[in-house]
Amino acid sequence: MADTPLRPQARATRDGLALGLAVGTSGLAFGAAAVTSGLSVAQTCVLSLFAYTGASQFALAAVVAGGGSLLAGTAGAVLLGSRNGLYGLRLAGLLRPRGITRLLAAHGITDESTAVALAQPGPASARAGFRATFASLYLTWNAATLAGALGAGRIGSPDSFGLDVVGPAAFLALLWPRLASGRAERGVALAGAVIAVAATPFCPPGLPVVLAAAAALGAALLPQPAAAHDPAAEAAEAHGGRPA
Amino acid sequence: MTATWIAVLVTAVSCYALKLAGLTMPPRLLAHPRAQRFASLVPVALLAALVAVDAFGRGRSLGIEPARLAGLAAAVAALALRAPFLVVIVAAAGTAAALRALGIA
Repeated sequence: MADTPLRPQARATRDGLALGLAVGTSGLAFGAAAVTSGLSVAQTCVLSLFAYTGASQFALAAVVAGGGSLLAGTAGAVLLGSRNGLYGLRLAGLLRPRGITRLLAAHGITDESTAVALAQPGPASARAGFRATFASLYLTWNAATLAGALGAGRIGSPDSFGLDVVGPAAFLALLWPRLASGRAERGVALAGAVIAVAATPFCPPGLPVVLAAAAALGAALLPQPAAAHDPAAEAAEAHGGRPA
Repeated sequence: MTATWIAVLVTAVSCYALKLAGLTMPPRLLAHPRAQRFASLVPVALLAALVAVDAFGRGRSLGIEPARLAGLAAAVAALALRAPFLVVIVAAAGTAAALRALGIA
């Protein structure tokens, strides 16, 4: 059967809708994990509606669960959210939003919408892919968050459903493609993990994760070992840069 | 207003502000290679720290919880097989839940 050749815009829309639907379902896990960690249903839904960036939401919920410092938890969540600002810098020239569209487009920036938009061959299909991912992911993520938050009260122990593993598994899935993109990334990941684990007995929950940012600072200040001249690393970066 | 609400609202407003700032600022902000490098490495360090703390910590204490580690190992296996996001999550939670239900871990 011959594949009907889709126009790039139609293909971008289809890919965006499918990805948004698939990833948005994991809002169920966030809703359930957030409520079992001690957030109210309303607080859980406010995070999904207005923060709308999964890793930050899971990070804040984890600190609430651990009874940790809310200040450190918020700082960790915001630091994690800063990657969306970098996505925005890259998307600005591609989407060229103006006025009210810019305010709306900003809200739609996530790992997923950025990945779909940057994978498109031109600006028109990038805009189509971004819009489709935003729409389907936003609706699914928020509906699933509400369902998970309401359902969490009805199940017994969250650990018996493995809900305590949902957060770290989600972080791992977001981290995975970045680990593939270079040796520096793997070194920073290892250093960040060691710093955070070593600091855990001495700090309120949440703070060790913020301290791990030092690993990124250290790596950025180190003289770069000819990364720009390493064709293997460049090739890996070109092929491995698909965020989850 | 409780402290938790403040944390929720500050997180929500800051996360949106960061997105809008990125879309609004001149891209030459990232022109310096070190700034660019730091910016791209921060999420790597933070995500790895989150995984490690969730894997080995509970509150302020460190420890090994076999079912949780097995769940994360299942996530790694699913990722290595290029499974979609949701499959990775379900594999991880399902493995931990199954081991606990069987009383193995």
